[in-house]
Amino acid sequence: MPNIQDMARIIRQDIITMLAAAKSGHPGGSLSAADIIAVLYFSEMRVDPQNPNWPERDRFVLSKGHAAPVLYAALAEKGFFPKEELLKLRKTGHFLQGHPDMNKVPGVDMSTGSLGHGISVAAGMALAAKIDNKDYRVYCLLGDGEAEEGIVWEAAMAAAHYKLDNLLVILDHNGLQIDGPVKDVMNLEPLPDKWRAFGWNVLEVDGHNIEELTASLQVAKNFVGKPTIIIAKTVKGKGVSFMENQVGWHGNAPSAEQAEAALAELKGGNSNG
Amino acid sequence: MAELLVDWKKEKKIATREAYGQALVQLGKDNPDIVVLDADLAKSTKTSDFAKAFPQRFFDMGIAEQNMIGFAAGLATTGKIPFASSFAIFATGRAFEQIRNSVAYPRLNVKIAATHAGISVGEDGGSHQAIEDLALMRSLPNMTVLVPADATETKKAIQAAAAYQGPVYIRMGRLAVPVLFTDDYNFVIGKANVIREGQDAAIIANGLMVAEALQAAEELSAQGINTTVVNCASLKPLDRDTILKVARQTGAVVTAEEHNIIGGLGSAVAEVLSEHYPVPLYRVGIKDTFGESGSPEELLQKYGLTSAHIIQAVKSVLARKNEKSDIN
Repeated sequence: MPNIQDMARIIRQDIITMLAAAKSGHPGGSLSAADIIAVLYFSEMRVDPQNPNWPERDRFVLSKGHAAPVLYAALAEKGFFPKEELLKLRKTGHFLQGHPDMNKVPGVDMSTGSLGHGISVAAGMALAAKIDNKDYRVYCLLGDGEAEEGIVWEAAMAAAHYKLDNLLVILDHNGLQIDGPVKDVMNLEPLPDKWRAFGWNVLEVDGHNIEELTASLQVAKNFVGKPTIIIAKTVKGKGVSFMENQVGWHGNAPSAEQAEAALAELKGGNSNG
Repeated sequence: MAELLVDWKKEKKIATREAYGQALVQLGKDNPDIVVLDADLAKSTKTSDFAKAFPQRFFDMGIAEQNMIGFAAGLATTGKIPFASSFAIFATGRAFEQIRNSVAYPRLNVKIAATHAGISVGEDGGSHQAIEDLALMRSLPNMTVLVPADATETKKAIQAAAAYQGPVYIRMGRLAVPVLFTDDYNFVIGKANVIREGQDAAIIANGLMVAEALQAAEELSAQGINTTVVNCASLKPLDRDTILKVARQTGAVVTAEEHNIIGGLGSAVAEVLSEHYPVPLYRVGIKDTFGESGSPEELLQKYGLTSAHIIQAVKSVLARKNEKSDIN
């Protein structure tokens, strides 16, 4: 099996390939999360592709549901469904919806897409584990622009109140949202202080550094009494030089030529990733 | 026709929310998967009964209805059967998009049990009187919508909702209302119940308007006008067969609901009749206006939700029905 770095690079290639085929979708925030997702699905989470609804599995909720391509790529690489299905993303009648659908896609634990919902639902799943004394953990990927939604902070309050230390949120802090830099559209800083004030264990890492991500997940797992958020500093469009830090690549698919250039770069492995 | 208490007017009135609290405690005993969430209104919604009996399975989410629905959805993904309660205006209004995208769209097994619906909330006024909750919930695919008429039906509806796999909205009230039904009353999701028969017109009602409809039918009968009364607690799925049957039998229909005439029972019945069997129809309900502060009884009078208003409506559809037959 490829190592995590290689898997992240494969996932990035899958993202480009499927978005080019779909001719619509969200590359920027999918690429920024590729290393995080690779770590979660290929070293951290307890899941079984042969038994996607296994009751004891760890759960994953993609709160930033528009990054569906990164999740679909990981699920396909993990074996939840054949990789060739990725080419039918967003096509009429196909199961790979524009945003994750738990009733259609094996391995998707919650339907998401409307920002802010996912973290609230993930916290509900974590509460269920507490009620039943089960040891599965709940992982949730949150966007930074997404944290402008009020429900995110309602959920943050409640998860700390109910001491959901089996809940792990990773904030994909790429600093960009559709209308521009997050700090210009609606400033969220100081984010770490806000989460600490809401009663969370806060860790800060480089979201493209596999070792840092892996180590922080281990710290979170051993932390008792509070939910943990890992604020992962990322680059939107990471791995494709012409997409990096470009707000315009939030929700536009690459053309065939652009996809070819992107894939060449990703296969070359020269994106300091 | 059985199952209607003969002396219902002499029975002690009970609010449907009171029956909800009792039904939840019974459910909690019967099924360990039942969990209950509230948004700082447990004493009013009566989920406090459950909280007292099963503190480990009750979760106050604070004044945060959107997050309450999100938590309920998450709990439901693991096999829990969450009942999430608040006032109807906040449960359906504040948290609408959570219900839409995180409950109805994924068809999760969440029960939204709301109290304090309609203008019978009374003194708190228009900001707290949900008159549009049924329209909101009825328009959602995958959603079942129940509007019980009395304490007995509420208990049965809550049991049926728990046994049903999928999202359910249950609408209840603050005001004490007559107990109409005996304990062997048969409640089935998707079925309307004919509780009185007459050939001149049919009154289709739900919620607290069912008692008003029965009262109206009794007074009309004294005037020689015989009406069928249908309790349509299952607003969705709607019992089209029973609605069409009584329309064919009587040729004139009045609906009665404590909700805006747009989007609730009146609209639902009008949709069925206009497509399949048009007959003169009159919708008794709140006439597209917000409520206000006042005593529940005075407000029901002021907003046209009494047996007297139903009687007028029946006479109006009868006149149109007779006009129609004169032309023919």
